[in-house]
Amino acid sequence: MERVDIGKPILDRNERLAAENREAFARAGVFVLDLMASPGAGKTSTILATVAALRDRYRIAVIEGDIASKVDSEKVKAHGIPAVQINTGGACHLESEMIRRAAEALPLDELDLIIVENVGNLVCPTEFDLGEDAKVMILSVPEGHDKPYKYPNIFQISEAVVLNKYDTMGVFDFDEEEFRSVVRSLNPAAPVFAISATKGDGVEAWAEWLADRIESARSRAAAQG
Amino acid sequence: MHEMGITRGILEAAFEAAEERGATRIAEIRIRVGELTEIVEFALQFAFESLTPGTLAEGAKLAVEHVGARSRCGRCGTEFDHGRFDALCPECGNPFNEPVAGRELLITSIDIETPEGLADALEDPGPAAGAVAAGEE
Ligand SMILES: [Zn+2]
Repeated sequence: MERVDIGKPILDRNERLAAENREAFARAGVFVLDLMASPGAGKTSTILATVAALRDRYRIAVIEGDIASKVDSEKVKAHGIPAVQINTGGACHLESEMIRRAAEALPLDELDLIIVENVGNLVCPTEFDLGEDAKVMILSVPEGHDKPYKYPNIFQISEAVVLNKYDTMGVFDFDEEEFRSVVRSLNPAAPVFAISATKGDGVEAWAEWLADRIESARSRAAAQG
Repeated sequence: MHEMGITRGILEAAFEAAEERGATRIAEIRIRVGELTEIVEFALQFAFESLTPGTLAEGAKLAVEHVGARSRCGRCGTEFDHGRFDALCPECGNPFNEPVAGRELLITSIDIETPEGLADALEDPGPAAGAVAAGEE
């Protein structure tokens, strides 16, 4: 018997491709946002509201990875935004290779922002780097304020948390104070944006945060020449 | 069930290293998994058992080493162990800390059998095999 030391990340291949994606996106000057959520949390309506808020300032495209919603890319295209649907083959998360293939179908040089709609799942997408600039999660009020106890990892790796369907707060027994305090304990640096994507409430503050992130990525890139 | 994908990653790396050395069999694969990942060991073992038959790693053992969470305080530099929900610096209460450990997802080493190793084993049967050969019947 011979012992062979390997000492390599298990997701080595995914991480290498993610690094290549990140480089390609940076070269093209496009900011990539990975949006993660449960099915039904309102990913598509959040994307549409975000597009509406930022489309005058940025050229936006969408990569749709959600297997549950094949109609989504049609909805996005109907708003005049380029969209690519990824066939995940039933996978529970997106991987960097799928993003690379989807990005090949987009005019990267003519874009400022790509929003990736990850597969509806709070567990699996957390381990996979796609080459994005930021991971953000959406939680909807009907899912309950205790979600962070059940799925802490996604709250820990997200740079911001969007709390969607905020207008239904009165209907569901959602303890906002407790929710915010658990999120703070998991990820003290992440802001929480309460929005109602379909009504447009609160979208502005979220969109401004995203615009700030895009601008700071640009000035960092400019500083590096 | 992203454990399927994780397991494919484990096997990809293990097969690559094993084939490089002309291994005839993989006996054990060792991995290191951080406490802050979302890996369920039961699901990992299940995926491992369903993906290995008919491969070099058929019948191999998957040994999982768990690593606790540890961070370094961004203000006072203290390093401390913590759980998922209590990543505050115990010295100064600062919540903005650098993770040191707990997010690992590594394949550390594998044990393989090679034709060379097999030849050695045949030349030197070892005490157990010797005892059988020198049976008293
Ligand atoms: Zn401290």
